Amino acid sequence: MSALVLAHHRISPTERLKDAAAVAFIALLLGIPMIGLTTIDQGGALRIATRWPALLAFIAACFVGRLLLRYGFDQLRARKLAREQAAAAVRDRNLAASPLLTWVGWGALGVSLALPIVFTDNRYVVDTATTVLIYVMLGWGLNVVVGLAGLLDLGYVAFYAVGAYTYGVLATQLGWTFWQALPVAGAMAASFGIILGWPTLRLRGDYLAIVTLGFGEIIRVILVNWTELSGGPNGITSIPRPSFFGLPFKPPGDDPTFASFFGLEYSPSHRIVFLYYLILALALLTNLFVSRMRKLPIGRAWEAMREDEIACKAMGINARNVKLSAFAIGAMLGGFAGVFFAARQGFISPESFTFNESAIILAIVVLGGMGSQLGVVLASLVLVLLPELGRDFAEYRMLLFGTAMILIMIWKPGGILAHREPTLRYLATTGDKR
Amino acid sequence: MSAAPQPLLSVERLTMRFGGLMAIDDLSLDVAARQITGVIGPNGAGKTTFFNCLTGFYKPTLGSVRLNHPQRGPMRLEELASHQVARTARVVRTFQNIRLFPKMTVLENLIVAQHNALQHASRFSLAGLFGLPGYRRAETAATEKAVGWLQRLNLIDKADTAAGELPYGMQRRIEIARALCVDPLLLCLDEPAAGLNPRESAELNELLKHLARDEGIAILLIEHDMSVVMNVSDHICVLNYGRKIAEGTPAAIQRDPNVIKAYLGEEDADEELHPEAVQ
Repeated sequence: MSALVLAHHRISPTERLKDAAAVAFIALLLGIPMIGLTTIDQGGALRIATRWPALLAFIAACFVGRLLLRYGFDQLRARKLAREQAAAAVRDRNLAASPLLTWVGWGALGVSLALPIVFTDNRYVVDTATTVLIYVMLGWGLNVVVGLAGLLDLGYVAFYAVGAYTYGVLATQLGWTFWQALPVAGAMAASFGIILGWPTLRLRGDYLAIVTLGFGEIIRVILVNWTELSGGPNGITSIPRPSFFGLPFKPPGDDPTFASFFGLEYSPSHRIVFLYYLILALALLTNLFVSRMRKLPIGRAWEAMREDEIACKAMGINARNVKLSAFAIGAMLGGFAGVFFAARQGFISPESFTFNESAIILAIVVLGGMGSQLGVVLASLVLVLLPELGRDFAEYRMLLFGTAMILIMIWKPGGILAHREPTLRYLATTGDKR
Repeated sequence: MSAAPQPLLSVERLTMRFGGLMAIDDLSLDVAARQITGVIGPNGAGKTTFFNCLTGFYKPTLGSVRLNHPQRGPMRLEELASHQVARTARVVRTFQNIRLFPKMTVLENLIVAQHNALQHASRFSLAGLFGLPGYRRAETAATEKAVGWLQRLNLIDKADTAAGELPYGMQRRIEIARALCVDPLLLCLDEPAAGLNPRESAELNELLKHLARDEGIAILLIEHDMSVVMNVSDHICVLNYGRKIAEGTPAAIQRDPNVIKAYLGEEDADEELHPEAVQ
């Protein structure tokens, strides 16, 4: 197509002259009656007079004008074409590898690894970073459902709650440890994902959003009212903290502790830093898992389902299984994050699992760019740090937060990183053959 | 009627009713293997509804659609869900208004079409997650098959481009290539020539003939472009108001008085039935 335009705008000077001559000829035809001939009133009678010089000037003006006009248009078109080609080149380069984003990703990993070492004594920084990472993990989990499979889920917090309460109940009533409860809570959340997914298989878009919104509320209301299991509005207290392979983070006592085992002086910051690295590891595992899933048949089927469900069915893809797997895996990752949340806080109550949380997680996915893993990190940073930084502005905080979100959506309607990386490439697979 | 002793697909007394509307009325039709069967008829004649019934998107009110699967034996298509029609019966369709996965690349579109084989090879994603050799081989094979079709349909230069960014004619070809990646026994094409220029439509003719003769794929073709239908079809079925009004070779169809009446109308129905003639 571009070759056609190219051929069209590269006009030789003789062709331009011909074009202008044609215009001049039309000007001549039109000009003879309109300019060349005129009537003059001579003693009450009309007589036709000629104005050949005027006609000649008109034709000359048309000829020159056309030449200039054509030249100008061609210049404009050439410039536009050059701009488009430059844009296409940039697009191709983005498609080729997007090395900048890769470097940003590795840089972010480096910073997150070094952060607690730099800020060992600054509990606030490490705590906030831990919160950011929880949201990153939740964002990556929800990304499977919303970003990849295109199922708008407004009740994601329900799975977060299921994970947290599963650990809370197992730990306080049955004495399970963090590591024992983690897989069980993930499985529990996944089955809740299927429970939500099953009745909503036929729903899309707004309708699905409303049902998932209701599901999130149902879970919260159950937690408030099922006092025997969940402790009702009071929640579950004194949930045990995760240990370092059986070594608790406690002041020195009879049993070996983390500090005594490694011969360190006890410091409460050990646990904070450990929790930070724990969520970092969980989040990185989540990222690795989701990135790999995306390149597998199931991941491609999720994306295909987002693009066109009917076409998927026509290709022999079982839409039910694909949707349920997206719900289940997204929910499982949310459940893992919930277990960590419960272990970190030591206390959970339905207060922590309101619709507001779902909205923030969804905002992270949408703001980051649907389906983009790095986008989720950037959006989590924005959404967690903005309210933190805005603490000085007290009551204007949410206003600033909202304004920032609107501005981002105006500048980057597809999210901060809207770029989609293909799951496999022809050029990569046949690179050696070329 | 058809040359083959046993038809690949036999539609018997198929009826599809939407409330009071009889979209398909008692339609019987045989589709022979390795042949191109054209389905034509004026707008609203029930052609696409017929496809939807064949491919499991609609449940027909009455009647049966039997497929003689060479490996699996006889199957009843009307009892299968839409994904099973493609997956087990290998009856694959394209759509009148192109349905690609627009944000995915052309190659990815063709890989998604091989989902079931790949999903099986990935062992519920576990072999895939750990990159086991069995899965890698399956993925390479799938890529090779996709690349093979892309080369034959002259689309290989666009393999890594998002499908939605390509011109219309190319998208039509991609949709056919994607359907071919499912290894169809019967390929149902819903107006594949719509929106193609004369050169593209001539290329389509050659492709369809090649697929039927050399690849042995039976083709069921809905098309308004008579230069395509009359040129490639071995057999044509004409629908009007959901009823089959004629069936036969292209030459016979062109002479059939019922068909001429349906297309050109009669007496005062003239203008209503054929508004194109006025323009």
